[in-house]
Amino acid sequence: MTTSSPYIGASVKRLEDRRFLTGTGRYIDDVKLPDMAVMAIYRSPHAHARINSIDLAAARAVPGVIDAFCAADIDMDLPVIPLRLAPFDGFERFLQRPIAQDKVRFVGEPVAVVIASDRYIAEDALDLIEVDFAPLPAVTSVDQAASGETLIHEDAGENMGTRYTVGRGDTDDAFSDAPYTRRERFTTNRHGAVPMETRGLIAEFDPDAPLLRLYGATKVNFFNRRHLAAAFDLPEEAVELIETDVGGGFGARGELYPEDYLVPIASRRNGRPVKWIEDRRENLTATNHSRDIVCDLEIATSNDGKILGMRATVQGDMGAYVRTNGGVVASKAAQFLPGPYRVPSFSCDVQFLITNKTPVGTFRGPGRFEANFCRERLLDMVAADLNIDPAELRLRNLMEPAELPYRIGELVPGDVNATFDRGNYPSALNQLLDEVGYADWKDRQGEIIDGRAHGLGIACFIESSAAGPPETARVTVAPDGNIEIRTGASSVGQGTETGLAQICADYLAIDIDRINVLHGSTTLVPTGGGTFHSRNTVMAGNAVRMAAEALRTRSIELAALRWNTDAGGLEYRDGAVHRGDDPGSILSLAELAAFARSRGPDEALAADAAFDNEGKLSYSYGAHAALVAVDVATGVIEVKKYVLTEEIGRALNPAMVQGQAVGGLVQGLGGTFLDHMIYDEDGQLLTGSFADYLLPTSTELPEITAIALEESPSEFNPMGFKGAGEGGIVAVAAAVGNAVVHALNAHGIQINDLPITPNRLRAALRATGT
Amino acid sequence: MTEQHHLTLTVNGRAHSCDVEPRMTLADCLRERLDLTGTHLGCEHGVCGACTIIVDGAAVRSCLMFAVQAEGAEITTVEGLADGETLSVLQQAFHDNFALQCGFCTPGFLTTAETILAENPSPTRAEVQSAISGNICRCTGYVPIIDAILEAAERRRAGKK
Repeated sequence: MTTSSPYIGASVKRLEDRRFLTGTGRYIDDVKLPDMAVMAIYRSPHAHARINSIDLAAARAVPGVIDAFCAADIDMDLPVIPLRLAPFDGFERFLQRPIAQDKVRFVGEPVAVVIASDRYIAEDALDLIEVDFAPLPAVTSVDQAASGETLIHEDAGENMGTRYTVGRGDTDDAFSDAPYTRRERFTTNRHGAVPMETRGLIAEFDPDAPLLRLYGATKVNFFNRRHLAAAFDLPEEAVELIETDVGGGFGARGELYPEDYLVPIASRRNGRPVKWIEDRRENLTATNHSRDIVCDLEIATSNDGKILGMRATVQGDMGAYVRTNGGVVASKAAQFLPGPYRVPSFSCDVQFLITNKTPVGTFRGPGRFEANFCRERLLDMVAADLNIDPAELRLRNLMEPAELPYRIGELVPGDVNATFDRGNYPSALNQLLDEVGYADWKDRQGEIIDGRAHGLGIACFIESSAAGPPETARVTVAPDGNIEIRTGASSVGQGTETGLAQICADYLAIDIDRINVLHGSTTLVPTGGGTFHSRNTVMAGNAVRMAAEALRTRSIELAALRWNTDAGGLEYRDGAVHRGDDPGSILSLAELAAFARSRGPDEALAADAAFDNEGKLSYSYGAHAALVAVDVATGVIEVKKYVLTEEIGRALNPAMVQGQAVGGLVQGLGGTFLDHMIYDEDGQLLTGSFADYLLPTSTELPEITAIALEESPSEFNPMGFKGAGEGGIVAVAAAVGNAVVHALNAHGIQINDLPITPNRLRAALRATGT
Repeated sequence: MTEQHHLTLTVNGRAHSCDVEPRMTLADCLRERLDLTGTHLGCEHGVCGACTIIVDGAAVRSCLMFAVQAEGAEITTVEGLADGETLSVLQQAFHDNFALQCGFCTPGFLTTAETILAENPSPTRAEVQSAISGNICRCTGYVPIIDAILEAAERRRAGKK
């Protein structure tokens, strides 16, 4: 079907904006139901302790308190929070239940719940809860966990969640014959998504109906509905997950957490709606952390820098329980270690270690950010050792277009078909080098300008997008001619409504202002896949395209009935059906919708579609460059300039693509310099407020150039889209780390650990006598 | 239950009165008592800036002020920025520059920026960066927000000529 596309590819202004700009958005805490009570959670102050007793009497006696309960008060088998992704064998021993039973395993684990008429009273009552804990030694590092001296889940008999080895080719051969090898240990700092809106839920549970309606859901609502229905022994259709406006997700929000069970239990116990809004302190201890890995990486090359093999050990710190995201972080770190390069042999020992910290999950670019840092730092060390320019080293090793598609091998257990699709990796790097003026900078590394040492670092990346189950869409024309799109995909604030409306407007050849997009809630469509892995534009976008195409066909069928003619002589264009044998005869979508309606109550001008990419992923790829200035005396680093290229197949909305790249990049600067969940040896989180947990602010911005490349459209969907949500973040620590090392080349320091802080940098410089 | 205080204040040009406990924050009063939910709470300890409102002309974190301290105050929240259906110059500039994604921090940026521009109608880029450094955004990377504020300043100056 040919179509003109005034909207696809244009920087259409966002349809969502007006309500957000005028304060009329509806986020979860803005929803108020009649007779609604408020819930607050008593969370463990200990990282690891036995619970001897819990006394709720004083809390229950507070005027305004409606209910208080702990695990012993819950009259159902406590469900386990399921594994959604990367559910490796062994993890089943470490799953979390919604509330602690006889033991707590991290600071922030729910222990008891108070329901009150308002939050002030609920929090007063929390202070009166008495729990007798018997503290146990805390396990706060992967080494401590591996030793098994203190067991966190005694029944498992070990703290190793699971462990496996993956690879391709023969690394033993490669390393035994290699003229050059180097081995380094890298660590990436535990940090998290930290969306501006904390999590929140409202449950309305009527066991007689039966109906469980849960507001505040997002991301993977149909998966979550299935598991909540099972947990509460309800038919799936008796569970409704309702999506409101969402203040940012970045991977962490919308997974099943303990509160997704506790809020419904609270509502059922009390026969009224119950709201829970996470506060920021809870958010920093109870919402998934991420990124926390230790990676020993070794590389073998020829004398001219051609990679012969890589071998690694990746240890992921999983926190106290394995939650819905399973082994994603460490497994993807392992899978993406070889990156876009020709690496004929690779092996990796992947270990998932349980510790007394907040459980981990995904955060934008999970595993990719970590893998890129380790590999790209090591490549710069190789370049220095072999006296090869870092860009030249990468160009010698990047896979060429003729080598693609490339089956990367089973680098995640069970993922046997993973294949890098077509692309031109050297082109993305070369465009970066041109844009950043690399030829000029490569001989000026370490130059002192105005008292500060300057350096330029580069890094290449590849990352997958749009995995998972099919996505659905339904497009309906109302009798007034307005169009409603419903989709099972969620919006976490990234502009999904606008993007889907653009596609629909083009395929129906209508004005975008006629389109309204409803998303996420399980009441909208029978099923859906959800929103993760940069998949909305690819998956929901193509579902909307297919539904719009089907709607054109349906319009012609209806027009043929209306005109009592053969459909073959009819044509759909400009939002209407035209009669070939009578150019004046036109039936608009509004007229056809009214006609459909007149044929019977079940008739409508509507079409459904589901898009399934059958597991064929498209890979976004590109390169980053950072120019830094380092004050050697203080260790303070300024990122002066940042350039990135990212091949995304086709840009649906270039301004929104730019927003993803710049937003991701600045988030990445946070992960590189600031964001850090620091625990002491007792397992206490020391960065539990925004006074201690630092996020990037407006004064730390480099001059940014983000270039979206559209040279290699995806073959796996007709619009050519690849994911564009994560390429901005995945190589930031890598490029910045390399830049700092180049700036300080006179001092011979290396950066193997994140975050890069002035203190750490000064310590490294002091060690060299600077 | 603690003693209630009768409170009278003006929000977005409208007089309101309500009874509040002395410990109730101004943010909770606006959201829970006056149902003005456009003011958002991102941290409740004065760091993120999402709850910023304008109190007697000054940008204030409504999570750090008690409602009773606002007795008699003239308050502007995000709901009071547009002129009926017409977005303010600043709101329009945010829209035009893609200066918001999830929108949760946006009310705080808009109110902060209003006070910046009231004080300094011709800020430099560095002045804008510094003035909004107490507001956190996790989506945009700030660049389009800075662009939008500078563009709004320019449009306002042009409008006054």
